[in-house]
Amino acid sequence: MRTSFVFSEVITGLRRNVTMTIAMILTTAISLGLLGGGLLVVRMVDKMQANYAGKLEVSLLLTNDVSANDKDCTQQPCAGLRSALEQTSGVETVVFQNRDEGFERFKRIFEAQPELLKLARPEAIPATIRVKLEDPERTDVIKQAFEGKPGVKAVDDQGKFLDRFFEILNGIRDGALILALIQAFAALLLISNTIQVSAFTRRVEVGIMRLVGATRWYTQLPFLIEAVVAGIVGAVCAVVLLVLAKAFFLDRVTGNLTESGIIPPTGYLDILIVSPWLFLVAIVISATTGYVTLRLYVRL
Amino acid sequence: MIRLEHVSKVYKTSTRPALDDVSVEMEKGEFVFLIGPSGSGKSTFLRLLLREEVPTRGRVYVSNFDVAKMSRRRVPRLRQSIGCVFQDFRLLPTKTVAENVAFALEVIGKPRNTIVKVVPEVLQLVGLDGKEDRFPTELSGGEQQRVAIARAFVNRPLVLIADEPTGNLDPDTSQDIMLLLERINRTGTTVIMATHDHGIVDSMRRRVVELSYGKVVRDDARGVYGVGR
Repeated sequence: MRTSFVFSEVITGLRRNVTMTIAMILTTAISLGLLGGGLLVVRMVDKMQANYAGKLEVSLLLTNDVSANDKDCTQQPCAGLRSALEQTSGVETVVFQNRDEGFERFKRIFEAQPELLKLARPEAIPATIRVKLEDPERTDVIKQAFEGKPGVKAVDDQGKFLDRFFEILNGIRDGALILALIQAFAALLLISNTIQVSAFTRRVEVGIMRLVGATRWYTQLPFLIEAVVAGIVGAVCAVVLLVLAKAFFLDRVTGNLTESGIIPPTGYLDILIVSPWLFLVAIVISATTGYVTLRLYVRL
Repeated sequence: MIRLEHVSKVYKTSTRPALDDVSVEMEKGEFVFLIGPSGSGKSTFLRLLLREEVPTRGRVYVSNFDVAKMSRRRVPRLRQSIGCVFQDFRLLPTKTVAENVAFALEVIGKPRNTIVKVVPEVLQLVGLDGKEDRFPTELSGGEQQRVAIARAFVNRPLVLIADEPTGNLDPDTSQDIMLLLERINRTGTTVIMATHDHGIVDSMRRRVVELSYGKVVRDDARGVYGVGR
């Protein structure tokens, strides 16, 4: 196999159909970019789940009455609640936090927002009993057992809040993947079409090749490589798109959230880890489409 | 060398067979004219040799190849041992004379150093030395056909098939092309030429196989185009 010959054929082929080639590359790039975005969200959710898994708590927010009068949880109903929690199976630790401690914690969390601190009064912060479970998934047990008991204003389940947040992220991921799929379909049709056009413009060449006894591989490989090259260029564009999206969009939008540790940051490393998949998908799809097109629609 | 045994070919779109129980044998080094009116089966005959078509019945042998029975994978091998020339030359307009000839070797994977050696040789044989870097559009019809012959012959095929090679050329140029085909024939290559050209057939006095309605109606060792015409 003379590789130099095959590649010169590929380059002339791509140049001859330059508009089709560009369309093919752009569609592939957008499709792969969306796929890459989806994969990055998946990574983000995984990281968040790992981050939060050991830290999730259920908080019993105590009523105003208890918060004001019982500073160390020695009176009823607080003491009773605490011992009941301690005796519940599956509970790892139980920590009481009175109103003043709660206010201190609030000030610590929001020290970056002095306006908010100015407005805040300790009276707004309830005393809480924070419960850490051995299995963070089983928060429902606590909620069912303690919600509405005397002295309990509300049961705050951090897991529930996080679940909602994950739902949003998963929604973004699904949306990106669906769009990626639609774009991939368009890319697929374009690849198939480009190969057919390419084969048609080169039918004289291919006819001569067949006649002088070129093997199937020799006649078809340039078309196949053409598709794969376009796919790879598309993947390169997709990676560039992701890097640009991170630098100019994602970092700005999520900057605060990542600094305060709520969302794990998406780094260039994440893009680097995702990109081989984009290349793999690009190569597999373009090669398969190319091969099927040549077998079904092009008589070489 | 070439043998057809009771070969029939019926195209799906036609009720009349294009070839009807044809049996012919051609020896190595022979020069054979294939004549007959349009639609008599000449092109089908040639296409069967190249395995562009498969016979409906009968067997076709070219050299050691059982053409009708061979697997698709072996077809390139067969075609590498057959050179082809057509009425419309079929040159690539974007390639020079030398590149057109080299193309036939490149696509069958011949090494670069072989190509640079044999292409000038064959261009000299067909009388095109000095015009290597011209493009087909810069050449006369006769010169273009010489390029096509050079391309067909550059891989030293056992058989050269020529389908009306002089159909687009004036009589003088046709005569030159015939001299060239004769010279190629003298190297031991079997030449099979389909033609309508009376003058050429009559002046060459070579074997003539005449087809009519898909049947061989005449096979003369030293024939002319038509008796009484």
